[in-house]
Amino acid sequence: MRNSRTIVLIVLVALAIVAVLVPYVSSYYYTDVITMLFINIILVSSFRLITLTGNWNLAQVPLMGAGAYSSALITGSLGWPFWLSLPLSAIAAAVIGLAMSYPLARTKGFAFFIASYAAGEAMVLCWTRFKVPFGGWTGLVNVPPPGDIGGISFADPTPYYFLTGIIMAACLWVMYRLARSRIGATFHAIHSQESLARSIGINITRYKMLVFVVSSFFAGVAGVLLVHRMWAVEPNQFGWVPTLYLLVWAVFGGTRTFVGPILGVTVLTVIGELLVPLAEWVPMIYGFILILTLLFFPEGLEGIPHRVQSWFGKTRTRTAAPGEVLSEGQLTEGQH
Amino acid sequence: MAVLELQGLRKQFGELVAVDNVDMKVEEGEIRGLIGPNGSGKTTIFNCITGFLHPTGGKVIWQGEDITGEPPHVVAGKGIARTFQLTNLFRDMTALQNVVMACHLHTGVGLFGQFLMTRRTKKRDGEIEERAIELLETMGIGEVKDEVAGALPHGHQEALGVAMALATEPKLLLLDEPVTGMNPSETKDMMERIRRLRDSGVTILLVEHDMKAVMSTCERLTVMNFGRNICEGDPNGVCSHEEVIEAYLGMS
Repeated sequence: MRNSRTIVLIVLVALAIVAVLVPYVSSYYYTDVITMLFINIILVSSFRLITLTGNWNLAQVPLMGAGAYSSALITGSLGWPFWLSLPLSAIAAAVIGLAMSYPLARTKGFAFFIASYAAGEAMVLCWTRFKVPFGGWTGLVNVPPPGDIGGISFADPTPYYFLTGIIMAACLWVMYRLARSRIGATFHAIHSQESLARSIGINITRYKMLVFVVSSFFAGVAGVLLVHRMWAVEPNQFGWVPTLYLLVWAVFGGTRTFVGPILGVTVLTVIGELLVPLAEWVPMIYGFILILTLLFFPEGLEGIPHRVQSWFGKTRTRTAAPGEVLSEGQLTEGQH
Repeated sequence: MAVLELQGLRKQFGELVAVDNVDMKVEEGEIRGLIGPNGSGKTTIFNCITGFLHPTGGKVIWQGEDITGEPPHVVAGKGIARTFQLTNLFRDMTALQNVVMACHLHTGVGLFGQFLMTRRTKKRDGEIEERAIELLETMGIGEVKDEVAGALPHGHQEALGVAMALATEPKLLLLDEPVTGMNPSETKDMMERIRRLRDSGVTILLVEHDMKAVMSTCERLTVMNFGRNICEGDPNGVCSHEEVIEAYLGMS
């Protein structure tokens, strides 16, 4: 156990070093691409949190939009600083998530799917319909970049890159701890046997609302980071197409482990960048990737090591396979 | 005094009347058997008591309090635990993790405590684990605590289901066919454990088809047929009851 922990630590440090070097060895363009990737990693990880209870939330991208619009209004219209707007907007997204979760937590499966989609679309409609304060189709412009700190201007790509990276790391750490805690185990329990969970006294509605609110909070953080990178926001950014991309990332990476969705969005971003000359074809190529994944790697990228192992005859029994989920939901600190 | 009382309990699914005006009193500290042919409404009664189904009519009175229609987690909080007919477990967790999860009710989970892993939280988690191990040992499956629940043999799974129900610290335990699919020695073992649970102060309501097990364990039996309570009494008395013989042998 200690050994695998060391490996994880080494990988994390290596990734951090690479991340620090990126802006100095590559162009502004790629720095910007990776900033965007960081934002999407927060989004897809927040999405994964809800999948722990077995629900796929189609309102995740609109909730990210709630954070973005909120911050655009707070910094643009009210003129408050970004540093105050970041927590406030995330809380605003969480509050909207709380309101949504009240009916949504009482549905499940397909009903949840459709109801969450409707809730998200309703929100996007609000932004297009109400010109005041949301600006209608054209959205809001003149969103200021974060205020300078010690002479560092966050209007430049490199400082903003580091800001996003640090906030992403913090968000991931919190979500990881949550998923591994007894609360995370409870989410998993609700997913695996709902009636049993109820019979041992778990208020499943409360937990489903909790996960929705926490997840909305982090989606909101992603939205704030997005809007202050773009300096503008419009409803189209949070429509159906970005939601589809989110689903593709999650399916491609797999949602059983914490790293699965992160891997998914990272690999697909790289593929997307390689295909920039074929930009018009990217949605179709994504579609192909999705179909191939579902056919050959239904567990997503995260399932590949397990697959490869079984090809080489190191067969793990079927009951051992869910051990990955298990270690995710470890119940006590001492065991890992 | 009756701890649990059903007054005119009725459950209808569309046209089908699954439970039809059932009156029943369960006394504190007894092992009550609830028997009857398949489809006679036994499990439906369980579901109505524990809040998984809303009764169409009638009342469920628990220690003098009307708990009709309360949701399952509230019913569990009041001290009524249940097991399920087809053993219901968190299959990809270990036996120990299953019971720890079931200790949920009386330990709560603080969002920030869990997140910060404060010393208090750690200490409490340690205590919960100790208690969970104790419960596994009570059910005689202490040695398999670290095995994945889904991979356990059937008898152990049933025992684990009961251990989880016990983790909610119930005053009344509803067991739905706890010995189905067990061999005679496993059955005897389970029945012995059920008796010991009763001796430790848990009232037990038992649905079971294994008549030998029921006859040797229960002090009183309630017999159901077509959703109705057709007779009640001690095992020998019930066996000679005319309607019971009809229900079981199908004479008319």
